[in-house]
Amino acid sequence: MATETKTAECPECGNAVEVSEKVEKGEIIQCGDCGAELEVVKVAPVELALAPEEEEDWGE
Amino acid sequence: MKFGVLVSRIRVEEKLLFAELEKRGIDFDRLYDNELIFKLEEKPFDYDVILERSLHHGRALYTLKVLNDWGIRTVNTFNVANTCGSKFLTTQAIIHHGVPTPNTKLAFTPESALQAIEEMGYPVVIKPSVGSWGRLLAKLNDREAAEAVLEHKETLGNYEHSIFYIQEYITKPQRDIRAFVVGDETICAIYRGSTHWITNTARGGEATNCPVTPELNDICIRAARAVGGGVVAIDVFEDEHRGLLVNEVNYTMEFRNSIDTTGVNIPGKVIDYCLQVAKR
Repeated sequence: MATETKTAECPECGNAVEVSEKVEKGEIIQCGDCGAELEVVKVAPVELALAPEEEEDWGE
Repeated sequence: MKFGVLVSRIRVEEKLLFAELEKRGIDFDRLYDNELIFKLEEKPFDYDVILERSLHHGRALYTLKVLNDWGIRTVNTFNVANTCGSKFLTTQAIIHHGVPTPNTKLAFTPESALQAIEEMGYPVVIKPSVGSWGRLLAKLNDREAAEAVLEHKETLGNYEHSIFYIQEYITKPQRDIRAFVVGDETICAIYRGSTHWITNTARGGEATNCPVTPELNDICIRAARAVGGGVVAIDVFEDEHRGLLVNEVNYTMEFRNSIDTTGVNIPGKVIDYCLQVAKR
């Protein structure tokens, strides 16, 4: 069965980015148009923000 | 059962852990670290167990301290995170528990660090005390490189970068070992192969299955106990003369490349362990 999708606007280029219905807040996706890394900051409705740059204390 | 997962982002690992919880019919809350506000005088909430999966060492550390001080069980604990989050504290813990590790020196000025490096002999590896994914590691092959890196660290970094953690360079067989410990068992391990001296899979190291020999299991269990136990990933070097040496211990392990490679359901084992902790 095909996965249901919805769209949200890329904050970098304005492209309508397709995301899965099951997308979770905190997921990282990529804009198919401009290639920007985007963070899902809200899911109802889906809102995207530019993903933050890697910080010094990130890791395992 | 009230189960919480502390998260920053939802990565492949978090999705796999969520799937394991769903498979067991366990409801759980996602606790986003960027939304947390702790009123320190009050117990923030009640959970039987919270699995820590934050991307930020700082946020994880402080949250675990608050939770553990209120008696909330976490995987891992504040003490484990505090030790593993610092390469210095990890080295101290494993040395004082008799676990073999590469020779390491500590110095506080560029001059004394240079002296320590020269006494150790080139090449050496200099690492930030806090850091992961192979970031800001430097292999110093000669005095000129050492002088340059030490000056840069002192000038460009915060005070932590002027605490010079210097490790002997181990000539590895173009690979190291990443072993996964859950409780009292080394559940699986991978070789991380690379022609580069940094073998982290985050830096392109290629994963293949590594058999868990009794020797590997023993050193990994001892290293895990040295840092306080729980769910940890141990980085191990194979030294031609000294055998296995524990390099680092990670407390929020990434395992996406290791499930198919080893055939072990790592997220399933992690959730089983969390459920055991919840019952204590």
